[in-house]
Amino acid sequence: MDPLGTGAIILTILGRFWPVWIGIAAIFALSFRFKRRLGLYGRLFDSPVAMAGLALVLFWAFTAIFTDAIATYGTLEQVSQMKNKPPGTPTPDGTGWFLLGGDHLARDVFSRMVAGSRIVIIIAPFSTAVAFMVGITLGLPAGYYGGRLDTFLSFAANLILAFPVILLFYLLVTPEIADTGLPQYLALVLFLFPILFLSVFVNARYRVTPGVRNWALLAIGVFCGYVYISLVSEPGTAIAILPAALDAISVPTNILIVFVSVVFVNSPTVFRIVRGLTLDIKTRDYVAAAKTRGEGLWYIMLWEILPNARGPLIVDFCLRVGYTTILLGTLGFFGLGLSPESPDWGSTINSGRRLLTIVPFPAIVPAVALMSLVLGLNLLADGLREESLKD
Amino acid sequence: MLLFLLRRVLIVLLSAFCLTLIVFLLTNLSPNLEKLAKSEAGTRITDREVAVWLEQHGHARPLLVRYASWLGLAPAWAPPGRHLPGQCAAAAEDDADAPRYCGILQGNWGTSTVFRGDVATILGVRLALTGNLMLWVMLVMVPSALLVGVLAGMREGSVTDRTLSSFSIVTSATPEYVSGVILIAVFASSMTGLKWFSGTAGSVADKGPSFDTMVLPVTTIALYGMGYVARMTRASMAEVMTQQYIRTARLKGVSFRNVVLKHALRNALIAPFTVIMLQFPWLLNGVVIVETLFNYKGFGWTLVEAAGANDIDLMLGCSVVAVVVVLVTQLLSDLGYVLLNPRIRVH
Repeated sequence: MDPLGTGAIILTILGRFWPVWIGIAAIFALSFRFKRRLGLYGRLFDSPVAMAGLALVLFWAFTAIFTDAIATYGTLEQVSQMKNKPPGTPTPDGTGWFLLGGDHLARDVFSRMVAGSRIVIIIAPFSTAVAFMVGITLGLPAGYYGGRLDTFLSFAANLILAFPVILLFYLLVTPEIADTGLPQYLALVLFLFPILFLSVFVNARYRVTPGVRNWALLAIGVFCGYVYISLVSEPGTAIAILPAALDAISVPTNILIVFVSVVFVNSPTVFRIVRGLTLDIKTRDYVAAAKTRGEGLWYIMLWEILPNARGPLIVDFCLRVGYTTILLGTLGFFGLGLSPESPDWGSTINSGRRLLTIVPFPAIVPAVALMSLVLGLNLLADGLREESLKD
Repeated sequence: MLLFLLRRVLIVLLSAFCLTLIVFLLTNLSPNLEKLAKSEAGTRITDREVAVWLEQHGHARPLLVRYASWLGLAPAWAPPGRHLPGQCAAAAEDDADAPRYCGILQGNWGTSTVFRGDVATILGVRLALTGNLMLWVMLVMVPSALLVGVLAGMREGSVTDRTLSSFSIVTSATPEYVSGVILIAVFASSMTGLKWFSGTAGSVADKGPSFDTMVLPVTTIALYGMGYVARMTRASMAEVMTQQYIRTARLKGVSFRNVVLKHALRNALIAPFTVIMLQFPWLLNGVVIVETLFNYKGFGWTLVEAAGANDIDLMLGCSVVAVVVVLVTQLLSDLGYVLLNPRIRVH
């Protein structure tokens, strides 16, 4: 077979992404149809910037979902004679092409980039969500009560923020630290916050109807409790509560460290934002009204203050997922945590940069992928901010 | 004002104390010390020999004691039966002359196991190189970011604004390891054949900086920081331009040029000032990435080398420098904000 030209490469790649195009088209069509009934989300479709951002984010989300249909080769599949080949080179057995060339271990750059999206799309939003739960659970009381609690929590948050992120990663994400089990203990503490948050959230709302409350709390306790123990515990490490047979969610220790350290870095910033918003909102009349009605403290914080702080928080969530993507890339770039064979974008940039001046594609492809995802999230956040300010 | 200053300084000192304690704790975990023993005394030694080595070198003492003696608040480690403290032994000829306290407060930062030298000297050399890089970054980044921000915020919603805003969103969405890779591929690789600049800055440490080697590292760091500062400046400028006094000036017939330069600019630059100061810690991250990518043998490169080789003393030294830089900039930006903005006077 002949090598593909530039135009043919682009066309073939666009073709490979067919499930993604269908997915994006479906979502956009549905959203346009029901635009007026979708609230803030619907209004995104009034702004071209927000739509561009959303399209980029959806592109990578669908790529992560349909990785197996899009990728042409396995992430670790090595094809002989394809080492460092330029884009569009046909494989020796004539069954296909390496669309974006081969890397220094003769693996397909295109397929690895596609597979890399899955790691980012799973870790970044989830770790950001956990960071938000931590930040909200601590930030609301700090802002609402003030006093010593606030002084202490703010000092602690500023301490973590005073660490340059990379130094913190080099201290936290090392094999030595993994041996001591510290990341797992940290996970033990950090993952407790979502459960705490959800229970307090439900409890504050349904305190007056114990029937509903008790069942809801039981459901949260059993479901989240199991997920929690299953996430943290890992047979053969410092914390092994569950036997392997019952451990439904098995997170490799190195992924857990990455996850925990990213949460750890993000939570203090979220804490500061939530605290600032709470300080502002607690002086409003509806908070005073709730106080007069005799509502509980947590009800006021979670059902009066938090919903009114949602605008800036949603915008920050988008930005922060982007920032987390950058952090994950940084970890991969320094070869921390994730294994060198992992197809995530940071690690591939790291392995590709050694031959960058001679064979640029293995590093450029994941770099552009990462940039486009972060750009999409930033544009989406910008659009959300503009639309939410129109209220 | 004085009380405010005192309070801030006290908080900074307390933070520095806590942070160094955390770093000390994390770098002196037992697996790290075990690795150190094995790299210093031989990889094939038994667990018992490791324990003995740690005992002899004072690593078996309680953690807080070790921290205090590293800091210089407690007597330095001296092997049993000798008066000579281990760390400063080389400096003193006689046992009796050796100072009892020998920590970083006394100016002894320990010895690097990777570069085989005094940590303070190594850090001095490396920091000078990084300082040079930072200087150029600041010289490029600050004026261009302010210019972009002011031009964009001057007429909100205009074509100039849209173009420049898009540009700053793109640069702030591009982390250093992405823009660096792209810049090298475009300007220094055989792909485009341009090869205008050098893709590595490894020679700067020996031969000194040259235009050829510095362009790409400086651009890479400056681009990422620039987007953020430019967006802040734009927001600040756009806000100032809607103020009453700007309208009054325009109605009086002052030219647009003069309104921007004489009435708006000064007020619009207060907010970006703090942001620029707070960019230093961010630049520190950028510096580590860029120095690794371009093999520029400065502070960030040293940090990565130290961490990779379990060089405890050097790692601690790097952390102290990083933490001090961050805390001092926080303090300065607080002060600068108060001094620049007459509306925020602390009583």
